[in-house]
Amino acid sequence: MKIDFELNGRAVSVEAAPMARLLDVLREDLRATGTKEGCGEGECGACTVLIEGRAVNACLVPTVQVAGQKVLTVEGLAEDDRLHPVQTAFLKYGGAQCGICTPGFLVAAAELLAEHPSPTRLQVREALAGNLCRCTGYQKIVDAVVAALTGEVEPAGAPGDADLDRASRTC
Amino acid sequence: MLTTSQSPVYVAHSLDEALVLRAAHPEAMPLAGGTDVMVFIEAGAIDPPGFIDLWAARDMAGVADADGGLWIGALTTYTDLERDDRVVKAAPALVEAARTVGAKQIQNRGTLGGNIANASPAGDTLPVLMALDAEVEVASKARGTRRIPMDALYTGYRTLAVAPDELITRVFLPTPHPADVQHFRKVGTRLAQAISKVVFGARVRLEQGKVTDARVAFGSVAATPVRCPRVEAALVGRAPDPAAADHLLVDIAPIDDVRSTADYRRTVAARTLRSFISSLA
Repeated sequence: MKIDFELNGRAVSVEAAPMARLLDVLREDLRATGTKEGCGEGECGACTVLIEGRAVNACLVPTVQVAGQKVLTVEGLAEDDRLHPVQTAFLKYGGAQCGICTPGFLVAAAELLAEHPSPTRLQVREALAGNLCRCTGYQKIVDAVVAALTGEVEPAGAPGDADLDRASRTC
Repeated sequence: MLTTSQSPVYVAHSLDEALVLRAAHPEAMPLAGGTDVMVFIEAGAIDPPGFIDLWAARDMAGVADADGGLWIGALTTYTDLERDDRVVKAAPALVEAARTVGAKQIQNRGTLGGNIANASPAGDTLPVLMALDAEVEVASKARGTRRIPMDALYTGYRTLAVAPDELITRVFLPTPHPADVQHFRKVGTRLAQAISKVVFGARVRLEQGKVTDARVAFGSVAATPVRCPRVEAALVGRAPDPAAADHLLVDIAPIDDVRSTADYRRTVAARTLRSFISSLA
């Protein structure tokens, strides 16, 4: 069936089985591959997207249910060249290693920022409990989100271009 | 992507449309937030010949204050429950349960009606609904509505006393007595994203130091969520006495499965119960 919805502020129309997972429609029909598949059963949060501002697992949403709705993926977080504060903080604090979980964390953190402009560290941990990372041990991710949301934690040293170059070579 | 169901989906935009579709397609599976149904499809565990999508029936969501209690629409999400001041005040144990379902992404999408309809013995809200004397309203186009007490809803493992042309429409929570103490406790592998090994809901009325009314219910310890009448009877009429927990083994029938053992469940259920009763004294 033809399903129309809004993706990152742009009207899109797809021809898909109504029960097709939103995750597959995003990645395969719309080529929006920023959203990753981890477990495919709602445990890991890698496929987190916002529907009408609420974080959900795109692997558990039948596409028919987003008809007429606003969907935001990691591709929609930055405005033009300006990164979302959470993205900037992940860069500063080294909140990513292999990167598979990162889009889901960023989107989940973006929902938290929209709802609680100054959350406690515990609220950050709770908001991110549905996102699993198998590399970082969470500390840097939580640091990054707390920093992005509250400015409470100062970075040890902001990365220069050389750091970012090195990071991109080793990933 | 392992499996995409090619079955037709009938989209309901209102409760009335949902009941018409349910009568026309009794073989189709009702679909709310999808957080259980999509997992079952992906695992190849179910392949229904059709679905009735209720997500767009917005009149099935939300909380209303009427008839001496709260009516909670079947499509109300866990996040909606957590944020509704009336639910927070009248049913703190239900809010606690909602906060332990999966994590944020599941709470934003999963619904109270879905938790009830999925009928898992481990459903996190189900023992709490039993403890709060909740009633489940079901409706059909042909026969209108009826109310089923929560403790009469499950007739066997994942079996509900709901007819093929009926839908779960809303849940009634009577206003609690001012002397009621509510309790919720879930024991899983970790705090978030865990399916319970033991889940416990209770409501005890304490007046002049004595228990005058008690509801004790457990999940994950029998084929359905269960009320514990022997424990309740042992509690009523005296000061809170942890020895009432000794009757628990008559009321529950846990099994060994992938998440835990019968022995662990018996031990932990009794300890969570004893700990709650001790906290009342």
